[in-house]
Amino acid sequence: MTATEQQTGTSVMTNVEAVRTTLHDALARDERVLIMGEDVGSRGNVFLITKGFFEEFGPERIIDTPLAEASIVGVAIGMAMEGLRPIAEIQFADFIYPAFNQIVGEAAKTRYRSNGDYTCPLVIRTPYGGGVRGALSHSVSIEALFYHVPGLTILAPSTPADIKGLLNAAIECPDPVLFLEHKKTYRSVKGEVPCGYYTIPIGKADVKKTGRDVSVVSYGYNLHQALDAANRLEGEGVSVEVIDLRSIRPMDKTTILESVRKTRKLLIIHEDNKFGGIGAEISAMVAEEALFDLDAPIRRLCGPDVPAMGYALPLEEEFMISTDAMVEAMRSLAKF
Amino acid sequence: MAKTTTARGPELERAGLSDEQLTAILRNMLLQRQLDNRGFQLNRQGKIPFALGSEGHEAVQSGAAMAFRRGRDVLVPYYRDLGLALGVGMSPFEILSSLFARQTDRNGGRQFPNHYTNHELGVASISSIIAGHCTHATGIAAAFRYRKESGRAVLCPTGEGATSQGEWHEAVNYASVHTLPIVFLVENNQWAISTPQTMQMRVANVADKAAGYGIPGTVCDGTDPVATYRAVHAAMERARSGGGPSIVEAKCYRFLSHSTDDDDRTYRDRHQVEEQRKHDPVPRFEERLIAAGIIDAAAAKKLRNDVLRETNEATDAAEAQPYPAPDTLYTNVVAGDYRPWQE
Repeated sequence: MTATEQQTGTSVMTNVEAVRTTLHDALARDERVLIMGEDVGSRGNVFLITKGFFEEFGPERIIDTPLAEASIVGVAIGMAMEGLRPIAEIQFADFIYPAFNQIVGEAAKTRYRSNGDYTCPLVIRTPYGGGVRGALSHSVSIEALFYHVPGLTILAPSTPADIKGLLNAAIECPDPVLFLEHKKTYRSVKGEVPCGYYTIPIGKADVKKTGRDVSVVSYGYNLHQALDAANRLEGEGVSVEVIDLRSIRPMDKTTILESVRKTRKLLIIHEDNKFGGIGAEISAMVAEEALFDLDAPIRRLCGPDVPAMGYALPLEEEFMISTDAMVEAMRSLAKF
Repeated sequence: MAKTTTARGPELERAGLSDEQLTAILRNMLLQRQLDNRGFQLNRQGKIPFALGSEGHEAVQSGAAMAFRRGRDVLVPYYRDLGLALGVGMSPFEILSSLFARQTDRNGGRQFPNHYTNHELGVASISSIIAGHCTHATGIAAAFRYRKESGRAVLCPTGEGATSQGEWHEAVNYASVHTLPIVFLVENNQWAISTPQTMQMRVANVADKAAGYGIPGTVCDGTDPVATYRAVHAAMERARSGGGPSIVEAKCYRFLSHSTDDDDRTYRDRHQVEEQRKHDPVPRFEERLIAAGIIDAAAAKKLRNDVLRETNEATDAAEAQPYPAPDTLYTNVVAGDYRPWQE
């Protein structure tokens, strides 16, 4: 990778390349930016996201940490309190539990408990999600475990352009951000990315496809399936609007409500477990704000309420939501 | 730093501290004792809901505070570090504003009392989660190292109970691997609420654990502020000059219950407390300074009167402050306006 950032035009890249180039340019741009985590140094991270960074930026900025998640986040909090812009990596989202206290009890409350005397401008990046034969401990969605926490921003962009804009916004954010990257989209999703530095405002959903019959709210890998499903239904005359949530917290109430008031039907799709998932919050919000604008019950298509997907292919496939299931859910909701 | 003493009387082990510094240590110990008592009194009077005591820790903290360089070092204290907070420059008014939960409290009345914060003085905000702050202290030390700010060090105190936590271990280990400028000061008062040291660890000294991290560990007499100063000063100097982290364990004793909500008679023999009280570090140090001729009895009495007056004035001033306005509940969740559902 060259250190020079092209300033104009667009280039096509995968999601993983978007993460990589955004991190690279952030390091080149701002000396306060550091990357820390397990195997991020000479190994270049297990997905090769930081490959070459160690040689280019040195061990002081690309820090291989001991295998201890609480201290990866805790040490990054201290750096952030002291004015640096650490980007801490949790190797797989499922490994984040030992750092739960540091994220929820410490990072998210630093500004609040000190009444603004100390702040915590920290980014925690982590790959999440299934469909890659990751089994119990390499495929879990963790967003619902964290979105209950005021003070914590949670982003889950799905396209390379959104990854770049929102990762830049996360690094600029003066408060802690949990940045979720769906593993299955790392290499399977490709798209055009504007060159040069830009940010996308945190807290804004994106209408990835407009439609008039059903509103679908999704994010992550499911978002791409939902778009495929919606495109398939176009041939049947069913017009589906697909909203990419992108920012889980803060959540874009306005975009969701505007869409629901137009289509009068809502389907929420996420890979995370159904019970207490993000869809529950969106359903409650829409029921509170727009119940009488609805022409059908709100529908959720989510991961089943089991601890995780299995390693065996049939168990993984049983857990993951198929595009066919999405087509069926959209079709039946449109007909309701 | 050392100043030739003009004192008469028996030789005093002073670790290079001047008469003024030794007197300042005594003053800090007396002020800490006075404020501690005030917290418990105010609670018994029904004026404040809660207080934590640090009686028995005065020597550790006043000695350690003397090894802290204001404007350079950072203190990441725990909730029993009243003497350190005072010693590095926080005022009795700040402490009492926190006890009364008034708007003049740095935390805006949000935290339990004794959760000290003062960014200007280098006192980092902490939560009540035991040892949660230790990795932050390591991160602050990492920032010093990254910016090549030599001559700065972090002081990270805990009780001995905190050393059972994984986060304390992770903080020490990380600091050791990266040779960071930090001192882990363990104020071993032998009790973690009702759990004695023997139920926390199978080693006699927390400092014995240092070998496992490949760093120095020292034990000092935490009832003697000069001994504590000597140990903490050496460790801080080592850290400041690139020598890396160390563990300093100061042996002391907690005279009071864990907090105003705790009754230590349920788990601790009164005889043990009475025995320890005989070695109370505060009058003992005062007597030592008088015996060495560094201050006389009249000056000591004046110091006691001064800190009592200061405590009274700070109590009245803090009590007279308003509570934080209710709508401050919604501020400082994140930067700018907080809206759970973005418009």
